[in-house]
Amino acid sequence: MDAGTIVSIQKLCKSYHRGNQVIPVLSDISFDIAEGEFLALMGPSGSGKSTLLNLIAGIDQPDSGSIVIGDVDVTTLAETELAKWRALNVGFIFQFYNLIPVLTAFENVELPLLLTPLSRSERKAHVEMALRVVGLADRMDHYPSQLSGGQEQRVAIARAIVTDPTILVADEPTGDLDRNSAEEIMDLMDRLNEESKKTIIMVTHDPRAAKKAHVIRHLDKGILTNADPQDTL
Amino acid sequence: MQILKILFKNAFRHKLRTGLTVLSITIALLAFGLLRTVINAWYSGVEASSAYRLVTRNAVSIMFPLPYSYKDRIRQVDGVSEVSWGNWFGGIYIDEKNFFANFAVDARTYFDLYREYAIPDDERTAFFRDRKGFVAGRKLAERFGWKIGDTVVLKGTIYPGNWEFVMRGIYRGREPNADETVFMFHWDYLNESLKKTAPRRADQVGFYMVGIEDPGRAISIAEAIDALFKNSFAETITETEKAFTLGFVAMSDTIITAIQLVSFVVIVIILAVVANTVAMSVRERTNEYAVFKTLGFGGWRIVGLILGESVVITTMGCAVGIAATYPAAALFGKAMGAYFPVFNVEPDTIVLDIVFSLAVGVLAAVIPVYRTLKMKIADGLRMIE
Repeated sequence: MDAGTIVSIQKLCKSYHRGNQVIPVLSDISFDIAEGEFLALMGPSGSGKSTLLNLIAGIDQPDSGSIVIGDVDVTTLAETELAKWRALNVGFIFQFYNLIPVLTAFENVELPLLLTPLSRSERKAHVEMALRVVGLADRMDHYPSQLSGGQEQRVAIARAIVTDPTILVADEPTGDLDRNSAEEIMDLMDRLNEESKKTIIMVTHDPRAAKKAHVIRHLDKGILTNADPQDTL
Repeated sequence: MQILKILFKNAFRHKLRTGLTVLSITIALLAFGLLRTVINAWYSGVEASSAYRLVTRNAVSIMFPLPYSYKDRIRQVDGVSEVSWGNWFGGIYIDEKNFFANFAVDARTYFDLYREYAIPDDERTAFFRDRKGFVAGRKLAERFGWKIGDTVVLKGTIYPGNWEFVMRGIYRGREPNADETVFMFHWDYLNESLKKTAPRRADQVGFYMVGIEDPGRAISIAEAIDALFKNSFAETITETEKAFTLGFVAMSDTIITAIQLVSFVVIVIILAVVANTVAMSVRERTNEYAVFKTLGFGGWRIVGLILGESVVITTMGCAVGIAATYPAAALFGKAMGAYFPVFNVEPDTIVLDIVFSLAVGVLAAVIPVYRTLKMKIADGLRMIE
């Protein structure tokens, strides 16, 4: 893996089985992601971009190929190791926020920290910091149902960054938001990338969201259609 | 916290559903507790029996009497310390529904043998002096509001006629499992009356109660007593008081087995109810468990979340059920006092309540846990509420 590369994907293949039928989803995907890069994965529905994101995030396993993140090939990790690795190295931002409705904003952000050896006061400090970063320090006692969609997504971003992960993965982070909220979220992600040098891998259909990315890669029918560095914006 | 907080918040996410499930568990454990207490009440006589007492009866059946003269020969058997005797009287007080056990006993020897029955000295003396006197257990006296000096008439079924008695004492149990619902009067009164009205039935005893010095010799003493009357016209069977009482309980063996079965069926039914609730809750939150797994919550933590929620629900039901069992048992015992003289909720019933509710909590979560652990995160994330 080259110096400065945080993610290296080599000859990645993935297919699904429906009865006896094998449906290829990703075919021979290879590319690198540099540390601090903001990458957008685009493509039509069913092109395999969410599957690729899931594989990078370690929540699915490929049929073949390797995904090296930092110095760990995540395709070789067992389920338990993978769970520990995800807790430390990956921050997730989902399209539908996926906050736990019975927990407050504070408690939702605190969730990933429950897996760390941090003390209660240390966890509190981290959560408050994360909520401040996303501009919701004054809403930490609110439940998801008491927040707007944009605010919920910002809480989800706070939850994603609270452990200071190696990479942030976002699956259609603006897909469920109105235009203004979507812009706020993209500005926030841009700021996280610029100021905190977070490596962000984002799947999106939204060209406006993709404009914030440094690199856009297109997938079509499981094949990377522009894997060359010149696709960098 | 925080995991515990999540468990409680999840458990009460659907308040009505959880409330109804807790209510179901409460009712089930209440039923289970009462049924177990009924079984224990059935065996209370066995538990209360003394290892220092034997019972001698006619070898043919308890329905057949023994000669009064046997008492002196039994008393001479080595190891026998005291002999008392009595007859089941079977009298009815006003109406058959007022059933209670009533015996004609040899008062002096009886109270020497049954030291678990405490009676004040003055009342004991008054009872001994009055040939028509009787003593009753505390619960029986309370049941009919009898006071010392009251005249009580029993209508004889085995010994026809109206039999008049005067209350001379109230005994209390020294142990919690002592029967405080028995009516006892002088065997002499019965026997002398029979001599006048039915001489052929006089000088006959329903059973002998034999006090022994060493419980370790119970079998040899029983054999020695029975050997005395071998080949006589009224052979005897002597057994420990516990075995004698168990013989009565054994007559109801089928009923007890049925009650035991029903009590366990109740637990199986409640298992199905809780399993359904937990399965519904977990299925509705598949997406959330996928999120937990995504965030790095490993298998054991997921197990803890689902299992914990299930156990929280059953524990609440268990706590309320146990709390309700005591007043319910008191009411039940009061209503059924004639049939269950001792109706106490035993500690082992409460232990069983706790064990079964925990087991139900764990078993109800098994399938949801298995499914959640097997679920692929990507599949779970696709499920939207």
